[in-house]
Amino acid sequence: MAKIPFTQEMKDKGYTIAIPNMSPIHFNIMKRIFINHGFRPVLLENSSPSVIREGLKYVHNDMCYPCLLVIGQIIDAINRGIVDKDHTAVIISQTGGGCRASNYYFLLIKALERAGLGNIPVISANLQGMNANPGFQITLPMLVQAFTALVYGDLLMLLSNQVKPYEINKGDTDRVIDKWTDILGDCYEKNKGYFWGNMKKKLFQIADDFAAVPVKRVPKVKVGVVGEIYMKYSRLGNSNLQGFLEDEGAEVMLPPMMGFVLYCFANGIKDEEYYGGRAKYAFLMKHIGMPLLTIVEKWTDQAIERYPEFRTAATFKELEKYAERFIDRGCKMGEGWLLTAEMAELIEKGYDNIVCTQPFGCLPNHICGKGMIRPLKEAYPESNIVPIDYDPSATKVNQENRIKLMLAVAREKLEASEVK
Amino acid sequence: MLKVGIDVGSTTMKTVAMREDNTLVFCDYQRHYSQIIEKGKEMIQAMIDRIGDDEVTIALSGSAGMGLAEAADIPFVQEVYATRVAAKTFIPDTDAIIELGGEDAKILFLKGGLEVRMNGTCAGGTGAFIDQMATLLGISRDDIDRLSEQSTELYTIASRCGVFAKSDIQPLINQGAKTEDIAASILVAVVNQTIAGLAQGRKIEGKVVYLGGPLTFIKRLRYYFDKALNTEGICPENSLYYVAMGSALSPDGKKMRLSDVVTALESYRGKGEYVKLEPLFNDEAEYKAFRERHLKADVPVRDPSTYTGRAYLGIDAGSTTIKTCLLSEDGKLLLSRYSPNNGNPVQAIQSFLSSLYDTYPDIQIAASASTGYGEDLMKAAFSLDYSLVETEAHFIGAKYFMPDVDFIIDIGGQDIKCFKIRDGVIDDIFLNEACSSGCGSFLQTFANALGKSAQEFAELALTAKEPVDLGSRCTVFMNSSVKQAQKDGATINDISAGLAISVVKNALYKVIRTSNPEELGHRIVTQGGTFLNDAVLRAFEKELGLEVVRPQIAGLMGAYGAALYAKMMAKRHELRLSSTIRKEELEGLQHTVKNVRCQGCTNHCLLTVNSFGTKRRMISGNKCEKPITGKKEDSAEKWDVYAYKQELLDSYRARKTGAKGTLGLPLALGMYELLPFYVTLFQDLGYDTVVSPFSTRDIYIKGQSSIPSDTVCFPAKLMHGAVDWLVREKVDRIFIPCSSYNVNEEKGNNHFNCPVVAYYGEVIKGNQDLEGIPLTLGYLALDNPKHLARRISELFGVSRREAAKAISKGFDALADYRKRITDKGLEIISESRKEGRQIIVLAGRPYHTDPEINHGIDRMIVSLGASVISEDSVAPLTGKGQDNVLNQWTYHARMYDAARYIADQRDMNLVQLVSFGCGLDAVTTDEVKEILRAKDRIYTQIKIDEITNLGAVRIRMRSLFAAIEMEEEKDNG
Repeated sequence: MAKIPFTQEMKDKGYTIAIPNMSPIHFNIMKRIFINHGFRPVLLENSSPSVIREGLKYVHNDMCYPCLLVIGQIIDAINRGIVDKDHTAVIISQTGGGCRASNYYFLLIKALERAGLGNIPVISANLQGMNANPGFQITLPMLVQAFTALVYGDLLMLLSNQVKPYEINKGDTDRVIDKWTDILGDCYEKNKGYFWGNMKKKLFQIADDFAAVPVKRVPKVKVGVVGEIYMKYSRLGNSNLQGFLEDEGAEVMLPPMMGFVLYCFANGIKDEEYYGGRAKYAFLMKHIGMPLLTIVEKWTDQAIERYPEFRTAATFKELEKYAERFIDRGCKMGEGWLLTAEMAELIEKGYDNIVCTQPFGCLPNHICGKGMIRPLKEAYPESNIVPIDYDPSATKVNQENRIKLMLAVAREKLEASEVK
Repeated sequence: MLKVGIDVGSTTMKTVAMREDNTLVFCDYQRHYSQIIEKGKEMIQAMIDRIGDDEVTIALSGSAGMGLAEAADIPFVQEVYATRVAAKTFIPDTDAIIELGGEDAKILFLKGGLEVRMNGTCAGGTGAFIDQMATLLGISRDDIDRLSEQSTELYTIASRCGVFAKSDIQPLINQGAKTEDIAASILVAVVNQTIAGLAQGRKIEGKVVYLGGPLTFIKRLRYYFDKALNTEGICPENSLYYVAMGSALSPDGKKMRLSDVVTALESYRGKGEYVKLEPLFNDEAEYKAFRERHLKADVPVRDPSTYTGRAYLGIDAGSTTIKTCLLSEDGKLLLSRYSPNNGNPVQAIQSFLSSLYDTYPDIQIAASASTGYGEDLMKAAFSLDYSLVETEAHFIGAKYFMPDVDFIIDIGGQDIKCFKIRDGVIDDIFLNEACSSGCGSFLQTFANALGKSAQEFAELALTAKEPVDLGSRCTVFMNSSVKQAQKDGATINDISAGLAISVVKNALYKVIRTSNPEELGHRIVTQGGTFLNDAVLRAFEKELGLEVVRPQIAGLMGAYGAALYAKMMAKRHELRLSSTIRKEELEGLQHTVKNVRCQGCTNHCLLTVNSFGTKRRMISGNKCEKPITGKKEDSAEKWDVYAYKQELLDSYRARKTGAKGTLGLPLALGMYELLPFYVTLFQDLGYDTVVSPFSTRDIYIKGQSSIPSDTVCFPAKLMHGAVDWLVREKVDRIFIPCSSYNVNEEKGNNHFNCPVVAYYGEVIKGNQDLEGIPLTLGYLALDNPKHLARRISELFGVSRREAAKAISKGFDALADYRKRITDKGLEIISESRKEGRQIIVLAGRPYHTDPEINHGIDRMIVSLGASVISEDSVAPLTGKGQDNVLNQWTYHARMYDAARYIADQRDMNLVQLVSFGCGLDAVTTDEVKEILRAKDRIYTQIKIDEITNLGAVRIRMRSLFAAIEMEEEKDNG
């Protein structure tokens, strides 16, 4: 198997970089960062059944569904000419944990080779320096920009989810998202106005804009969506779960992506405690890294708290506490303890109807998702959690029927609380 | 105003109309054969005829009802919710409801915190499951009820998935187990599945109500539930209609006239929004040319009534059908028969032979051979001369039609067999597994569900204009896909064609795992009854872009090959007199079946003894040769590292009184590897270690109810049983290791545990009732002894010095244990080489040593005359290699090493054990295969789960040995 690196020459020649779109709000902002650093990104949105067909053809069918979808989407995009097969590189994240997802990179290379597309370079997006590419180096400004984009994206997602179901004029909320995607994109292009003092200001302005959207607040069933990261956010993955829930009259809450990033960083601290050998990393991360990274949490919270109708997301510290009631923070593969923590958080915040999404046969979720439903139910008897498995075989009818059961119970609870 | 409720289940539709006081005015229950819109129209019309057309309130429910609700704009009520509304109204003091439907199973707890549970998508144990099993037995659902009353013995049947269950039941049928016992075992399996899978540890007690079709119609099913729950549940009046009544009672009901519903349904057209594929044939002419081309692949026949003399008999006793061929001396086909075995293959052949003897007294059988699942039974019953493994039979048959054939694909009723032929030798064998089970019976089931015969259904596909893309899924999932397609407006023709295409895709992409059909070969022979379906054959040719050969006797190829084999062997052995049963004896053939528990060893296998008159009998169900030969075996570990490992592990059970009390160690998952380490460590620290026994079915069942995820791998599920055993032993504390990292053997980029091995202890902590026994989950660094000492001293309150000393002893014990295994492996290799025995590396994970996980596959291989060593006994013999995947799990790295090692050892072959649901094996299987392929070695994979029957595994292993033998014969000229 030959690894084709992404070279400086390819970058100079203007190769397109194909990026599977996991979360539109976040990725639309991130896209501008890529452009800003001289790349030509294309966010892949193709979602026809041929995506799954290609995935099934080139990926072992027992492999997890996100892997099948991402690889299927890339190959389908090439087949359809969305990107040019001779001038394209693809990018895929590589977390390097003990979950099989760390293998996506290798499986993608294998799949491309089998599909006769072995000339396409695959860029591994990771912070550990695995499988480096000379033409694609993550620089400090890029990192800072990506980090802030994540914070902005999270706030846009958090507040739009709390406004959109109640908006009086359809489209108001989406306009706020579009507006800020543009503003932030311009900031990244000019490489200024998005960090430190400006950041706090912008976060406040975003909250102001959402608060200004005219709404009619009626009691709605509140549903939290948690799970494996791709299944949770990706519309392709979860057949537009959020849209389905909103059509059924629910308000949907998705935990911020930043939680996952912080979770990855914090796991190194726990690793040192349990397994040793990472003392320096743990010390720096614990005393400098995490405090710095979590400063922005405070700004976000302050921006939101000025409006009593909005709910903040739990801070990372709070998440750690929630987790510890149910599961050891040593569970660090896949979404690990964070998944359990997010379920507890959502329940505490009133989103006690939960869809827990995972690819069929997801190994960590047997433990941190499905395995924690019973203890959660014991601690919170009112909670109403439905685990949904996604894979190429699962049919929408079956999934929706189970979600509808969760919604029926949720509605009954809502009515009962209104009577009170 | 009347209240109307409709319940559209997966197989039936129910309608009710109720008065204000909740009394029933009208109810109706019918099968809908998936024609939901039409059936809905018809049943509502029937209701109008009875209750008139005044305005009513109406609501609809049921798993297949969403389409109808949309079409007629009727409010949809989720069915579990509807059930609850009805129960609250009619039986307000209900504590729990168990409801089984066609494809769904539900448990509702109404008291003390409402909880509703519904089976996951991947589950059996429902009405459709019982129906399927009844079809398999060739009896009706009522027969299951009636016969199960006379059962005397229960068999273990995996009910997690219908496909799994089939693979347990099929061999029972072929071995001649009593239908009464199988029927009862099926019902018990359903009960176990429902309670374990849905109650998940919550006790079902108080007033229990049984609802839904299966529980209404099958009283024995209620009996077994009562027995399992130790209660007496009630099956109320109208138990079939609770969902329908619940939706009628629902506050969401809409006021409308029933005639409006009928009108809406009449004008409803599916949106036609499904994924379409190319038609199989563009026009009539294309089909004609196709037919004519395939008609050429024929065998010469000869009229048996004019033939006298020697003839050769071949019998292929398949899983659901039985095939026979009789050849003349000059190789012409005299007689053939293809018939379902109806659960009694012996009778089928008895009748064939007696009609042969009666009608053609001038034909004498010169030699006979059997093949297929029932090969042994046939040989014993009719005293045949030979038997051969089915892959070989098919190869012999195919060669007749295409001497230089390079790929054979056989799709039968229950299984898919494919093999590559290279240089005249079977080179690679693919067999389908539970999750790739789309075969012939699958098309048959759908045809029946849609109210057509298999033949009619197949013909419909030929004229389909826009076949539905149904993907390649497991049978269980396909049901809902088909319903979805119907809802979207696909015609029955398009569905039939879509199913034919999906059978082909399943074979190509799931069983063979090809991405490029070019890889298969160019000289392809298709076999098996399913290829007689022109739609399937055409779909196969289209998918490959290649013309293939389909013999006219495609369904008989196994029997044809067996007959050719009999002829060949008779010539080679100069057989003068065939031993085949004579006419007189055939008439007096008395076939009886008896079950006995073998007393040969502690396994106590349930043996099925088939007796045929006075002289002959056949024993099956045995895991070793003892009950057959009566001889004591060689001590098991002489040829078997797995047996040796079990013995070694047993030696760590020795108790040692300790001041700190008893410490329970569940022998499951990672503990299988680390037992020597932890026992030594804790004994040194002053604990009396108590190790749970190797798993047994009984131990598994006892722990089953606390398993939260029914799709987790079987080795993980067994952890619950092991812990439950320790709880019953009343140990003072339980310890489960929980570590992201394993021992670092420096063989990969990292040394992780898989997520399940790493953290399964958390599931035990959160879900299992430990009766107050403290549980310590050890997040420990095995790759860093110094840090480990710190952690142990924190967790167990000992000084670091004490901890360090104990740890060092533990690692010594582990190193010793590992060395013994490698030494034993080398010893077996050298002994086997002396005796010319084949050596099989049974490559799995350490916990595959558990006899309940490996189901005695190691012993079975030894009984076939080969030796068995494990991946960890040869992995240390090779250095770190270059991999095409991320090699970062300690246990998995060993498999790559083992594969690399044996790739150069021609007398060794690797068989990989894979647990269902093992996500990492999706990566490792392809990689191990590639390593072996690179050196032209055969790769064999065996997927294991709860299924206890080894029939398919045996065929697979025998095929492997047959292939090795052929290769050796060829090498020796």
